[in-house]
Amino acid sequence: MKSRMTQIALALGAGLVGAALATSPAAAQATLANVKQKGFLQCGSNPGLAGFGVPNAQGEWSGLDVDFCRAIAAAIFNDPTKVRFIPLSAKDRFTALQSGEIDVLARNSTMTMSRDTQLGLDFPVVNYYDGQGFMVRKKLGVASAKELNGASICTQQGTTTELNLADFFRGNNLKYEVVAFATADETFKAYDTGRCDAFTTDASGLYAQRLISATPDDHLVLPEIISKEPLGPSVRHGDNQWADIVRWVHNAMLNAEEYKVTKANVDEMMKSPNPEIKRLLGAEGSFGEAIGLTKDWAYRIVKHVGNYGEVFDRNVGEGSPLKIKRGVNALWTQGGLQYGIPIR
Amino acid sequence: MSTTATVPPESSKASMLYDPKVRGLVYQGALVVGIGLLFYLATTNAIDNLRAARIASGFGFLSSTSGFDVNQTLVPYNATSTYGQAFLVGLLNTLLVAVIGCILATFLGFAMGIARLSSNWIVAKTAMVYVEVIRNLPLLLQLLFWYIAVLRPLPDARNSVSMGAGFFLNNRGLFVPRPLFAADAWLVWAALAVGIVGSVAFAVFARRTQEQTGKQYPVVLTSLALVLGLPLLVWLVLGLVTANPISFEMPEQQRFNLRGGLQVIPEFVALTLGLVVYTSGFIAEVVRAGILAVSKGQSEAAHALGLRSGPTLKLVVIPQAMRVIIPPLTSQYLNLTKNSSLAVAIGYPDLVQVFMGTVLNQTGQAIECVAITMAVYLTISLITSAGMNIYNSRKALVER
Repeated sequence: MKSRMTQIALALGAGLVGAALATSPAAAQATLANVKQKGFLQCGSNPGLAGFGVPNAQGEWSGLDVDFCRAIAAAIFNDPTKVRFIPLSAKDRFTALQSGEIDVLARNSTMTMSRDTQLGLDFPVVNYYDGQGFMVRKKLGVASAKELNGASICTQQGTTTELNLADFFRGNNLKYEVVAFATADETFKAYDTGRCDAFTTDASGLYAQRLISATPDDHLVLPEIISKEPLGPSVRHGDNQWADIVRWVHNAMLNAEEYKVTKANVDEMMKSPNPEIKRLLGAEGSFGEAIGLTKDWAYRIVKHVGNYGEVFDRNVGEGSPLKIKRGVNALWTQGGLQYGIPIR
Repeated sequence: MSTTATVPPESSKASMLYDPKVRGLVYQGALVVGIGLLFYLATTNAIDNLRAARIASGFGFLSSTSGFDVNQTLVPYNATSTYGQAFLVGLLNTLLVAVIGCILATFLGFAMGIARLSSNWIVAKTAMVYVEVIRNLPLLLQLLFWYIAVLRPLPDARNSVSMGAGFFLNNRGLFVPRPLFAADAWLVWAALAVGIVGSVAFAVFARRTQEQTGKQYPVVLTSLALVLGLPLLVWLVLGLVTANPISFEMPEQQRFNLRGGLQVIPEFVALTLGLVVYTSGFIAEVVRAGILAVSKGQSEAAHALGLRSGPTLKLVVIPQAMRVIIPPLTSQYLNLTKNSSLAVAIGYPDLVQVFMGTVLNQTGQAIECVAITMAVYLTISLITSAGMNIYNSRKALVER
């Protein structure tokens, strides 16, 4: 009896020690190999933000960030459908990436120095330049955010929004009551049912939430943009090859737009005499192979997903219900900030 | 581990290897070393991995500036405070809900438990329906019910319901006058202290007199007069002689909200209501079980002595029932405290929402934040159990 118990105990102890040793440093370098082996990309997405990441009734995802993940999948597998989207709330998103639950986080996340340097993450590119704004009910008669002294304001916790809000009111010496919720839906619902006077998030998010409000015309987005919100995909720090892929997928889409390579004309463009286009589409050189992909990687992206301008237009721009202007997200050639790094 | 000596004592002459006591010690020592090693490996492994992934670690973040605001703070706090202070804010908010929740749930639970045993059919059946409905609906659902279905539809901040005397109710919460204490307000507090000490002394005196002579005094009325009356009297006298020692700041309607006064946020009300109602359903059953555990002969004997049913319940049944009630009641207190972490669903800034939500996300230090939060809940629970165990040992049957 006794010896049996001790045997069990010893076996158990040995097993536990073994388990502790087995979890020693995970391979940080092998995201691409891992994705190829799994046969699909795991992409952390917004659980529901129109224009950026939202599933429809059939469970099909769409949005600017969703298309970014599809572009990565297209570059790797030549198939934009080989993505599994994992909806994540603002407060869970970075932990999910750190722990390896997802391969890339494309969830309208603001790049900041502390996130880039202290969370063990890298933000290779900015795929949407945004800024934080406020939305109020029209009947309040408020025309500027500076008039919000004493107001109750709903925001989502665990976001840069929450911090900018505190900064803005502190900086302008105004009083306010913050009401923080865990998810964007709860936050907006609280505002919509009168718990708060104003709702604050990134300007793009304000337009998206207003669309799903019961009465979109009752709400007004105030003119002030109180912060810089460079939104971009993030990856785990230390896997440079994987970060390179994310960086160059975005740059390929920008360059494609700049050289007017579209989903529709990409096959003709293969024959273009322009050396920039030849290098982009892999007709000349083999730049894709240096990042562990094939030389037609950018062709695959444009063929399946489109260039940056097409993706923007379809999800948040004129071709979408949001009708957001290109503004600072226009190409540098049109006075915006999106600047495709040369592929050469 | 089982080390019961099944081997006869003669075997002590044999090798130490066969001594069950020695073997037991060796095995237990090995197990302790093994577990220690396991913890050591797990910790160093976590630290190595965090370092390799370049994730900041350590507890230094507690003294950095938080940069976010919280809408219910029991201690001074703003966006320039530290994460450590944010932790304190969350902890106190959790304790506030837990303490108020436990007290109210006890009263409501006892009332419902006793009502279920009432000889009045309507009272008993009403209590039964209450208990069965409340106990069998998920707590999260009830919290959302109170928050979204009950408190949200209240009038908005510009059309607050005035309840008189500076009390206002709207969908941003309950607004009450804030007392402002002048320099001589300590006299009122002193009168309150005298009142409490006096009423305790009177209760002791009354009990001794009753034990010796059988003479009864109106203890409750006298205590009320001492605890409430005495401070009120001092307040009035002070108000007449000098300036008013306690004045009130009234909530005033401003452009968006009522300003001034004290605000009881709807998230707090919803969470407390939800927890109290839910837990009271369980406490009612605990109380009922406790009362039914007291033999019927006890109350029959009390009736035979001429006690009416009120005093019988208070003096004979409940004191004996408490022995059965206290241990499961402790569990209900622990449950209520832990369930308060569902605050996150309705935006009440408790420990989990503030610390494991916002602080964790802003700092990215998941392991530290989760470990601290777990340690806090464990500590609160152990302190609650320890307190209830002491109370229980005083109430337990003393064998003579």
